[in-house]
Amino acid sequence: MNNKQDIDVINQYTGEKWYYSDIVKDHFFHPRNLLWERPKDESEYDAHGMVGSPACGDMMEMWMKIDPATARVKDLKWKTFGCASAIAATSMFSVMVTENGGLSVEEALKVRPQDVMLRLGGLPNRKIHCSVLADKAFQKIANDYFRKTGRFDKIVVEGARVIDPRLNITDKDIEEAVLEGAQNLEDVQKKLKVGVGASEEVKTEVEQLVRFYKDKYYG
Amino acid sequence: MSDNKNAKMKRIYLDYAATTPTDQRVKDAMGRFWTEEFGNAGGLYEEGRRAKENLRASREQIARAIGARPDEIIFTSGGTESDNLAIFGVSGAAKHGHIITTEFEHHAVLEPCQRLKKEGFDVTFLDVGEDGIVKPENVKRSLRPETILVSIMYANNEIGTIQPIAEIGKIIKEFKGGGAGYPYFHTDACQAAGYLDLNVNKLGVDLMTVNGSKIYGPKGIGFLYKRAGVKIKPQIIGGGQEMRMRSGTEPVALIVGLAKALEIAQAERVAESARLAPLRDYFVSEIQRRVPKVILNGHPAKRLPNNINISILDIEGEALVLYLDAKRISFSTGSACTSESLEPSHVILALGKPYEFAHASMRFTMGRSTTKEDLDYVLNELPNAVLWLRKVSPLNLEAGAKSMSHPEAFAGENLKVKAKSKSYK
Ligand code: FES
Repeated sequence: MNNKQDIDVINQYTGEKWYYSDIVKDHFFHPRNLLWERPKDESEYDAHGMVGSPACGDMMEMWMKIDPATARVKDLKWKTFGCASAIAATSMFSVMVTENGGLSVEEALKVRPQDVMLRLGGLPNRKIHCSVLADKAFQKIANDYFRKTGRFDKIVVEGARVIDPRLNITDKDIEEAVLEGAQNLEDVQKKLKVGVGASEEVKTEVEQLVRFYKDKYYG
Repeated sequence: MSDNKNAKMKRIYLDYAATTPTDQRVKDAMGRFWTEEFGNAGGLYEEGRRAKENLRASREQIARAIGARPDEIIFTSGGTESDNLAIFGVSGAAKHGHIITTEFEHHAVLEPCQRLKKEGFDVTFLDVGEDGIVKPENVKRSLRPETILVSIMYANNEIGTIQPIAEIGKIIKEFKGGGAGYPYFHTDACQAAGYLDLNVNKLGVDLMTVNGSKIYGPKGIGFLYKRAGVKIKPQIIGGGQEMRMRSGTEPVALIVGLAKALEIAQAERVAESARLAPLRDYFVSEIQRRVPKVILNGHPAKRLPNNINISILDIEGEALVLYLDAKRISFSTGSACTSESLEPSHVILALGKPYEFAHASMRFTMGRSTTKEDLDYVLNELPNAVLWLRKVSPLNLEAGAKSMSHPEAFAGENLKVKAKSKSYK
C-alpha cells in the first residue's frame, strides 16, 4: 500500500506544501457544477457522456444543457469516481465552458487539458491523466450532442490504430503509457510489459508516438 | 494553550502499519551512540572494541527474542533488503529450481520472485482465497523435489491476515523427511513482530525478515534471521561484515535501537494485542452500522489486532484520504490513484475482488497511542465524508459485486483497463 510519505509534497509548479495547489484544493473541497441527484428524466439534458480513465481505472459522467437561443453550453454537470485532481479538473473544466455566457460546443472542444491545468495552478505530472479524463468525457458528450442534433460529420470517434501487429499494440496503448509517465521507448516497453518494436520501423513509429503524446499532454 | 485546545489540534494517526514513531525508551538506548560511542566495530583499538561489544550484546538480545543463535542474525538496512537477501540469496546459491510464494506478498518479495521467474526460475504464486489466508494443503500440493524456497509472509501488511506459518513449517519439515537442505522456508515478519510470537523454532522457519520501522524502532535497520547451514549468496559485498553475508560498516546506534525495540515489542505484545483487538472489532462493527456498503477485507478474526481494512464502495481512496487529512486523520488507501504505478492494491485484487473495491479500500492501522476516543472521533467524521464523496461519485456498486461495474465506459474507446494481471475490455 502506498505511503503518503513517498509522494513529493511540494507542488512542482507552485512550491506549495499541500500535495495540490490552493486552487485544486478549493475545487476539490468545493466542486462547482456537481450533479447532486441523477436526473429523473434524462431528456432534461441535451446530451450525456461517460468515460473511463485507461490509466488508473477511474470514471466520469457528464450531462450538458445547451442554450437554444445562443447554441452555447448553459449547463455542464458531472460526477466522478476519481482522485482529488480528477474532481478538481472536472470542476474547473465545467467552469471554463460555462462562464461568461458559455462556449459553443465547438469552442469547448478546443479547451485543452493544459488550459485546465493552467487555471488550476498546475497538477503533479503523475496526475495529468486525471485532467485528460474531463477532456475525453466532453468529447463523448459532444458526440452525443452532435448525434442528437443530426450533425454526424462533427462526431469524432477515437479509434485505435495497430502499431505493432505482432503484439497488437495500438496507439492508444502508447498514449496510455505516456500518460502513466513513460518518457521513451524503454519506458513504454516496461509499462506494457512486452518488447514493443521488433523491427526498426515499428520502433521508430513508437518513438514518434511517444514524442507526439508527450507534446500533447506535457508540452 | 489549554488542554482542551491541545486536544482539538491533535492529529489522529492511524497508519502504524506504514511506520511507527520511535519509542522514547529506544531513543534513550540509542542516545550515546551518536557522538560518544561512534567507533567502527572493525577497529582493533578501544573505540572499535567497544562498538564490537555493543554489537555483540544487541545481536544476543535479538537472538534471545526469537529463539535463535546470535550468529544467525544478519543486520540489513530494513525489511526490503532482508526480503531481497532471502529471495535472491537463496536463488543465487541454488542457481535454479522452484519457488513457492503467494499472490499477496509485499512487493519486496513479489518483485524479486517476478524477476526470478523472468530469469528462468519456476515460481508458483499461491492463491490466498477470499479471506486472505493461504491454505497449508495448497503449499503441500505445490512442493516438489526441485523446490528450493517457500516464502510466505507472517501477517499481510495491507489486510493484516495472519498466515499459518507454524503449520506450513511442519509440512515443509515433513516433506524434507527430517533432513536439512531444500526447500528453505522464509517468512516476512515485519508486520507481525509487534503482535505475534517470533520464535523461529516454533514457526519452523529457516529465514525471517524483521525491521525496526514497524516496531517503534529506528528506520533504516532490520535483520534477516538465517538458520545455521542455510546457504545464501550475499548481495552486498565489500568489507565482509555480518559473517560475509552483508558488507558495510555496522550502524551500531540503529542496531542497538532495533534490539531494544524488538525486546519491548515482544515483552508487550500480548497486553497490546488484548487492548487493540476489541478496539478493532468495535471500529469495524460501528462503521458498518453507521455507513452502508462497507466491506471488511480479509478474515475478521485471524488478523493483526491493529489492522482494519475496509472497502467503502463507490468512493475513491485518495479523495477520502485528503478529505479526512483536512480533519486531522491519517490513514492509507489501496487506490490506484495514489500509487506510483497507477495500479490498484494487488492484495485486494488477490482476494478476488473487482478493481473498484481496491480503489475504495482504506487501511486504518492502530498503535500504542490509539485510544477509543480517537476511534470515536473518526467514526464521527467518516460518515459525513463518505456521504459527500458518494454524492460526487457516479458509481453505485453492489456489495457482492465480482466484476467491473461499467465496462462500457472504457470499451467504447477501444481501451483496456489494467488491474494487475487482469485486464478488462
Ligand atoms: S483519477 Fe485516478 S489518479 Fe486521478
